[in-house]
Amino acid sequence: MRNVTAIARREFQGYFNSLIAYVFLVIYLLLTSWLFFRVFFLNGQASMRLMFDIMPWVYLFFVPAITMRLWAEEKKVGTMELLMTLPVRDVEAVLGKFLAALGLLVLALALTFPIPLIVSLLGNLDFGPVAGGYLAAILLGAAYLAVGVFVSSLTQNQIVAFILGVVIVFALYMIGSDIVLYSVPTAVASVFEYVSLGTHFESIGRGVIDSRDLIYYLSIIGFFLYLNVRSIESRKWR
Amino acid sequence: MIEVCNITKRFGPTVAVRNVNFSVPKGEVLGLLGPNGAGKTTTMRILTCYMPADEGTATVAGYDVHTDSLEVRKRIGYLPENAPLYKEMFPLAYLDFLSRVRGIPTSQRKARVERVVETCGLTGVLHKRIGEMSKGYQQRVGLAQTLIHEPEVLILDEPTTGLDPNQIKEIRTIIREIGREKTVILSTHILPEVQATCNRVIIMRNAELVADGSPQELSRRATGTALLVVEARGPADEIRQGLAALDGVKSVTVAGAEDSFSRLELAVTDGKAVAERVFAAAVRAGWTLRELKAESASLEQVFYELTIGEKEEQ
Ligand SMILES: Nc1ncnc2c1ncn2[C@@H]1O[C@H](COP(=O)(O)OP(=O)(O)O)[C@@H](O)[C@H]1O
Ligand SMILES: [Mg+2]
Repeated sequence: MRNVTAIARREFQGYFNSLIAYVFLVIYLLLTSWLFFRVFFLNGQASMRLMFDIMPWVYLFFVPAITMRLWAEEKKVGTMELLMTLPVRDVEAVLGKFLAALGLLVLALALTFPIPLIVSLLGNLDFGPVAGGYLAAILLGAAYLAVGVFVSSLTQNQIVAFILGVVIVFALYMIGSDIVLYSVPTAVASVFEYVSLGTHFESIGRGVIDSRDLIYYLSIIGFFLYLNVRSIESRKWR
Repeated sequence: MIEVCNITKRFGPTVAVRNVNFSVPKGEVLGLLGPNGAGKTTTMRILTCYMPADEGTATVAGYDVHTDSLEVRKRIGYLPENAPLYKEMFPLAYLDFLSRVRGIPTSQRKARVERVVETCGLTGVLHKRIGEMSKGYQQRVGLAQTLIHEPEVLILDEPTTGLDPNQIKEIRTIIREIGREKTVILSTHILPEVQATCNRVIIMRNAELVADGSPQELSRRATGTALLVVEARGPADEIRQGLAALDGVKSVTVAGAEDSFSRLELAVTDGKAVAERVFAAAVRAGWTLRELKAESASLEQVFYELTIGEKEEQ
């Protein structure tokens, strides 16, 4: 645990060291508020649904952008050798990096909090669905992050990690969409629907927190973190 | 302190390390010498648990690198080749991170960091990011990083490569200082390095260990010979034949002639005894001796013979 926090701390500070964090936070907040208020003032409903609806699409690009460097950079610069010869278990290093990225994501989400506050001043906002929305956003974001960190461990090239991250996350999200579900056999469709990141996001976003959705997200996160540990270990048998 | 037993490591068809055996007692500074591609880095990576050997075992402080990897890593300070570092960090933050991962109690962290900063002479560059420092200072940060947890064993992969002569001198001084208390393995492909810092040398070539001994022993073992340089005036052929006939002279080479003096190099078994016989022979035959000097073959010659020399024969 000590190692996990030490690594998470270093990576989290690393975001701020290299200005990535500031750029990320500013663009994220501007984009989210703009996309939200543009429509909000048009239809004038005191609801946050819209902000959460666009989140999977905003994350599609933001999450791989914050995870792409986590392993790729270490591999490229050679610090991987330093890290892996410290008395740190592979799984601790993976968790540390994942938590650092999650920290940045949660910070970004926390900074959007003025948006529901403004909305509640303008109209009558029900905070129940808002809380559900935030929880869903964290879970969805964490699942994207787990994919992104894993993908970063496959390459030395950050751009490759970014593109691969976007593609995999997009695929995982889209296999639950109606277009895909109608065009595959029913048996496959039900699997797709379950595996899809999108399906579960919608149900939590509606404010219903079902333990099945929670378990789903935790297993996706666990699965990709596990793959990540394996891919880090692969240096040993190559 | 370190035992390496029949280690072999392959990368696909390439054998990077083949059947290597050596051990390093506590307190020794061992030089791992060999040309590029000899397998030095791979050997060190196995010892530091970065990658496992395909065959053989290695232990550090009694712990197996494969089965007790965490215990081994706790006891080693490792500086990989080219000193990879987190370039965007400041040295204090970096050392603080390491002291956390190394499990140094909060109360001692500051003092430890200050101590390695002093040992490695980093005080003047604390305001710079690691990536903004000169190569020499980056290397010092790399060394500081290996020392933070006061490890029993230091493994340094080519610690002076890429530095200018002054920086090399400084780094060597630090290494010698550290080497007084710790067991150190340092690799290099340049000879003077081992002569300057090591008590013992092992030489690797083409994945194999080809020599093991103190720098002096290796020189002596060169071909089991010392070199005797003789300059004498007299009939050149007579001198050459006369010297070749002496007891203990293995071969005579004519190295030149200069104002009626012949310069000859004798490969001999025992420099001092043969020198005496050469002197006696010169007196008997009436040659004038101008120079008579025993040289042990330099480590450079040994290295050349063991590495490049043999390669050309193949
Ligand atoms: N990760 C690797 N993958 C494939 N081949 C490698 C790898 N590391 C080293 N080698 C090969 O193993 C041999 C020994 O390399 P190395 O241990 O780096 O030598 P040295 O450090 O003495 O220069 C070289 O032929 C090198 O090409
Ligand atoms: Mg090397």
